[in-house]
Amino acid sequence: MVNTAANSAELSLGTTLQGGASAEQTARKQEVRRSILLSTPALIVLFCAASGPLLIMAVYSFLSAGPYGGIVWKFSSDGWASVVMQRDIFDDTLSIADAHVTILWRSVRLSLLTTFTCFVFGFPTAYFIATRRPERRNLWLFLITIPFWTNLLIRTFAIMELIRNQGVVNTFLTSFGFVEEPIQMLFTDFAVMVGMTYVYLPLMVLPIYASMERLDFRLVEAGYDLYATRFKVLKRIIVPLAKPGIIAGSILVFIPALGAFVTPRILGGGKHMMLGNLIGLQFGQGRNWPLGAALSLTLLVLVMIALLYYVRSAGKSGGSHG
Amino acid sequence: MADINKLDQMAMPRRPFSVLTQTGFTEMAAICFVLLYAPLVPLVVYSFNAGVSLAFWEGFSFRWYVAAWNNEMVMDVTIRSIYLAITAATIATCLATMAALGTTRTKPYRGLTSIYAMINQPLMVPEIVTAVALLILFASIKAATDYHGMAYLIIAHTAFCIPFAYLPIRARLEGMDLTLETAAADLYATRWLTFRRVTLPLVWPGILAGLMLAFVISLDDVVITQLVKSAGQNTLPTYMLGQLRRSITPEVNAISSVLLAVSVAMVTIIFFLNRKTKQRQTVQ
Repeated sequence: MVNTAANSAELSLGTTLQGGASAEQTARKQEVRRSILLSTPALIVLFCAASGPLLIMAVYSFLSAGPYGGIVWKFSSDGWASVVMQRDIFDDTLSIADAHVTILWRSVRLSLLTTFTCFVFGFPTAYFIATRRPERRNLWLFLITIPFWTNLLIRTFAIMELIRNQGVVNTFLTSFGFVEEPIQMLFTDFAVMVGMTYVYLPLMVLPIYASMERLDFRLVEAGYDLYATRFKVLKRIIVPLAKPGIIAGSILVFIPALGAFVTPRILGGGKHMMLGNLIGLQFGQGRNWPLGAALSLTLLVLVMIALLYYVRSAGKSGGSHG
Repeated sequence: MADINKLDQMAMPRRPFSVLTQTGFTEMAAICFVLLYAPLVPLVVYSFNAGVSLAFWEGFSFRWYVAAWNNEMVMDVTIRSIYLAITAATIATCLATMAALGTTRTKPYRGLTSIYAMINQPLMVPEIVTAVALLILFASIKAATDYHGMAYLIIAHTAFCIPFAYLPIRARLEGMDLTLETAAADLYATRWLTFRRVTLPLVWPGILAGLMLAFVISLDDVVITQLVKSAGQNTLPTYMLGQLRRSITPEVNAISSVLLAVSVAMVTIIFFLNRKTKQRQTVQ
């Protein structure tokens, strides 16, 4: 199966000339060389514009900040220290930087909350799709993926228009006299969470669906035959079997939520920043590149922890299901 | 999988009880589907508003579409966006096709996992981190060479488009029958001829899907573009991000609706391309 036409031709040629294992080795070597050669152009671009810059950023996080942005080539641990600490401008003592800790905590908290609400909506939806007739499932899935592929900025903008003080929801509420004053929803943590849930929901549905599609519903029926209630079947049969999908979905929502930039910027405003906005700020008005680099790497480490957790738990549950 | 429904029917005569339902799940799913689409409705509806308001309906008109069309700034950024998306998506698709051909037809070897990891890296690293890293790199290149052109944006977009182009092409290659290629080689076709006349036509739907995905992804990008662009290099999304801070008119809705329509059209085409692929594969 793996041998391409060309390779099998080479293989037969090699066998007549040299015979035995060495011919196979040459063919194998050529196969590997061809594989690497074909991948190289893509890898070069990715190295120049994705992996390489991360290494440079790691170096920058240990340099001193320049006065107007940029850096000065002098070693300093200030960038890393200011991730959670701040230096008093008068007596140079270090203390915990409340602002940064608040933003870090808000990022983690809102991302977890978003993951949870996505699960609450996404799990029943995935179940619903998985229990449709097979030929209908693709259509339902398609309905889930359409919003996912449409512009994130536009979807966030749609939420913003809904919940603005002069937006659709508040206009409706005030004109029918439910409330006197419009409810301030925009520029709150709540708005950011709603927006992120809306934007990342498809990322939760798709993997849960993928694991439920393979779910053997005879097990569900067996559960009912043994007088289990609906809730018990859900808790003891469906959820455990869909667990790999639930974990994958949670990771897929949590990671982009943690690094979100556009959604908190539009819906949270300047006062409800998340980590991504704090990073962006260091390269704009903040003009503290080493700090920005250190914050970026902090974010990257948090993402890697989440991914490692995923790989470990995926390995575990993969083993038990075969 | 078809037996789910049979089970359901079998259960029916004995008791009016479906093993497939869970209390409240259908309702939750219905709410979920409504919530996914509801926020987009006012967005599109008010783009046709005759008045300036985004909350009061003052009659139907194409006023804001005309305004956007005649807005030189909007035209300028739209053309830049399309140019960037076409260039980046094309390059990314070519590179991704080569990489997919290289990585699918080989037994695993040491380093193959690293190649996968590198190709998928843009999917795993948060966009803002990549954006900042690129800003740092490009700032020093800009300072050293004094070049401020589009090349920075093109290479940045190409890089994050590669995995999106790569995935459908790889999926297509993996489902492909290799006997046809072997047959071509048996008939003394050269490698290049085999590729051009056998492999390429078979992979083509995957390549097309990859190209369109890459195009949509590039067209939608905000974060990386925002941080990498030089002065006067706004794309449509970054221009809109700037507009959102000022007082918004339905003109933004009109632009959004058009962009929305483009994305939906693209994704629908990809959906049908894939469906054809799957059908053909099941027939085989």
